Amino acid sequence: MVKISTNRKRTLAFVLLGWVLLIISDRVGELRQYQGSFVAMYALAIASIILLTGYSGQLSLGHSALMAVGAYAGALSINNLKLHPALALIVAALIAGIFGLLLGFTVARLSGPYLAGTTLALAVSLPTVANQFPILGGEQGIIFDIGTPPSRFGEDFSQYKWFFWISALAALISIWMLSNLLASRYGRVFRALRDNSVAAQLSGINVGRLKAIAFSISSGIAGLAGGLLVMLISGVSPSAFPLSLSFALLTGAVVTGVYNLKGVMLGGLVLVAIPEIAESVVSRIGGSEGFTTTLPGFMVSALLILAVLFTPNGPGQLLHHHKKKH
Amino acid sequence: MLEFFTAVLTSLSTGAIYALMSTALVLVWRSTRVINFAQAGQAVLSTYIGYEVTTRSGSYWIGFIGAVLSGAIIGAGIDRFFMRPIFKRVKSGPIVMIAPVVATLGLLGIIQAIVGFVWGLNYLTIAAPVSTEGLKVFGSVIAFSPFNLMVLISVTLSMILLTILFQKTNLGLALRASAYSPEIAKLSGIKVEAIRTIGWALAGAAGGLAGMLYVPGSYLYPNSMEVLLVFGFIAAVIGGLDSLFGAVAGAMILGFAINFSTTYISYKLVFPTAFVILILVLLIKPGGVFSSKKGRKD
Amino acid sequence: MTLVVSNLTIDHGAIRAINNVSFQVATGQLTAIIGANGAGKTTLLRSLSGLKESKSGSATWNGDSILGRKSEDLARSGIMHVSDGKSVIAELTVKENLALTGLWRKDKKDVAKATEEVIELFPILGERLSQTSGSLSGGERQMLAIGRALIARPKLLLLDEPSLGLAPLIVEQIFQTIKSFVAKMNLTVVLVEQNAMGALKIADEGVVLNLGTAVASDSAKNLLNDPAVRAAYLGF
Repeated sequence: MVKISTNRKRTLAFVLLGWVLLIISDRVGELRQYQGSFVAMYALAIASIILLTGYSGQLSLGHSALMAVGAYAGALSINNLKLHPALALIVAALIAGIFGLLLGFTVARLSGPYLAGTTLALAVSLPTVANQFPILGGEQGIIFDIGTPPSRFGEDFSQYKWFFWISALAALISIWMLSNLLASRYGRVFRALRDNSVAAQLSGINVGRLKAIAFSISSGIAGLAGGLLVMLISGVSPSAFPLSLSFALLTGAVVTGVYNLKGVMLGGLVLVAIPEIAESVVSRIGGSEGFTTTLPGFMVSALLILAVLFTPNGPGQLLHHHKKKH
Repeated sequence: MLEFFTAVLTSLSTGAIYALMSTALVLVWRSTRVINFAQAGQAVLSTYIGYEVTTRSGSYWIGFIGAVLSGAIIGAGIDRFFMRPIFKRVKSGPIVMIAPVVATLGLLGIIQAIVGFVWGLNYLTIAAPVSTEGLKVFGSVIAFSPFNLMVLISVTLSMILLTILFQKTNLGLALRASAYSPEIAKLSGIKVEAIRTIGWALAGAAGGLAGMLYVPGSYLYPNSMEVLLVFGFIAAVIGGLDSLFGAVAGAMILGFAINFSTTYISYKLVFPTAFVILILVLLIKPGGVFSSKKGRKD
Repeated sequence: MTLVVSNLTIDHGAIRAINNVSFQVATGQLTAIIGANGAGKTTLLRSLSGLKESKSGSATWNGDSILGRKSEDLARSGIMHVSDGKSVIAELTVKENLALTGLWRKDKKDVAKATEEVIELFPILGERLSQTSGSLSGGERQMLAIGRALIARPKLLLLDEPSLGLAPLIVEQIFQTIKSFVAKMNLTVVLVEQNAMGALKIADEGVVLNLGTAVASDSAKNLLNDPAVRAAYLGF
């Protein structure tokens, strides 16, 4: 029998998953394709939170801002530099990564309340700052247009399917790279950092630098997700990145289990499903404008609290408990 | 000269409002070791209650009392019925470190949503009890109104009251002891958990007060206190997070920095100034500008 | 008024810190619990004052169970624990530290009287009332911690390593003071000590702990003369 290494197995699994997703995308309607692209985008953004919180023990409330950085960088490189959309998404990841590195060296070495508060400040203030630069288009923002799907895919190939292909592919490749990273020596060091940063320091690990690197990678992934998000809504503006987006991502990560990269699709699904559920609730019972607009936020927050109370270490923990009992 | 004079006055009155938020954050941080992000929600909820009372009674001052009292009750209730179960339930696993903070975020979202359900998303205003028109000095109108003066006086008075409470009363001694060393306080027979709840009540009252002083010069909507939360946090970090004096001084530093940079450089600089100050403090004196300790990483 | 500890077992994570330990302390008696660092002495005291959960066994004071109760309730019912590491609140003044145990007491006259008595017992504290406790020496902090406990008029005093980190001369002084006020106030005392010699000299009874297990339990006098104890804990 041929022995297959774990890395190979993982790669195979990702290829298989990608293939299955592509087949599914052929069989479902445009709405589902569009929602599928959001699931992929959210899954990617949640993966960036999990890397940061689950693997290096830092808490960021500013990932909406980091997504915005990537989104604006991507939009500018398409609109002003006329870059290819694929390249623009890579630029989005790179610029957000560099931004994350700069911020990381300043604050990521500080753990606990300082990082959480500073990233919160970033999330609240960055959209306001973005408003003030004419090149970023103010409140209205700027368009983000990746163009129609290539003609060689045929006339039936819809824009939504194209969105889905790009999002799913970007998410799969990035999460594949991330899980390889976490399975490597670096992943072990990150975990050591999270579990006991004092011990990690004593064993000669440069804690500050590694935390900054983790923060930077996480920011890069968030930037890519930001690029995907504005691709899906065809434009980038400050209002696309409210603080509540950061909270939603955190909720997705806690629901997934912050120590588990495998479940990110679940987190993505939950975030896409919540507005759907909220809408169906509203259509059934009606309600004021305040009710309609705030219901999704209420559900996200309630889910976050329930997850912290009942499955603080992810749904995997719950399964584990049940197994133990029986 | 007049511009400078005006900038000083507005710095003082905006700094005063930041000081209420930073004090609230520090009060909770000292007793619970959690940055209470729900503070923005508590403040906004008690301000809406203040708004409701003001409209129904027709008196700003009754609304004012309503906001401060309801702020205290909400704060105490959150500690007693929300934070305590969280601390009791989440005891194991690596998430223990972040669970309480994440819970306060969830709570912030819930409160904002509830406020949206009940009062809608429109911008509301609360009429100030005194004029918000700029004062006339030497024939020209400056950007400092009688209401700004009222803000300054109210905050100064409440800080004096808080100082007396903390330094001169038995309750204050219990509050300080429980914050510095919960274990020794417990072993001395002090009911630390109850004292902690009182700390949350004080913080909640400060939030309600901040809202009633902030909204007449601005607007009330479910997210209106997020900005104050951020400025309060920055002020608290400048002051070292642990010190009430530091929280007030940090708020004043922030108030002056923001008002002077917007007066003399550009009105666009509110957030950049605040953020740069935060980063500078974290880089140079992470333990707060008044600390002698080298750094703080907990 | 007796403290009865029977079959007490306490886990510290995966480690068994105290294993099936039993002993009794009669009213007005001083029992020393001695043993090396890591023997579980501090853990034992922490469970008696409600700071640490126990796994099994019981501990009663005058017949009432004290395990699993809140520290502040135990403190108010007369069980005072002076924890190790010179447990004073460094940010508060000496006066404020002393006031902590009087805050909840109804009889303010007696609080004032008890405070006076403590200052009489430790005159140095009286000279430093308005200093912050962080500026005190190690010995002074220990006096402050004990003095604060005494102001509550305790019935049972749990003392954790009062000699820790103190100069030999001061250690002697502290032990003598403990002996004198215990006799005067008719206190029941559990004294946990690494300094076995010093502790046994002032104790009535002694318990020797080794890796969480009570390996010897006898009158202090007998333990002092026991060759095995002498060799293992007294250093000669």
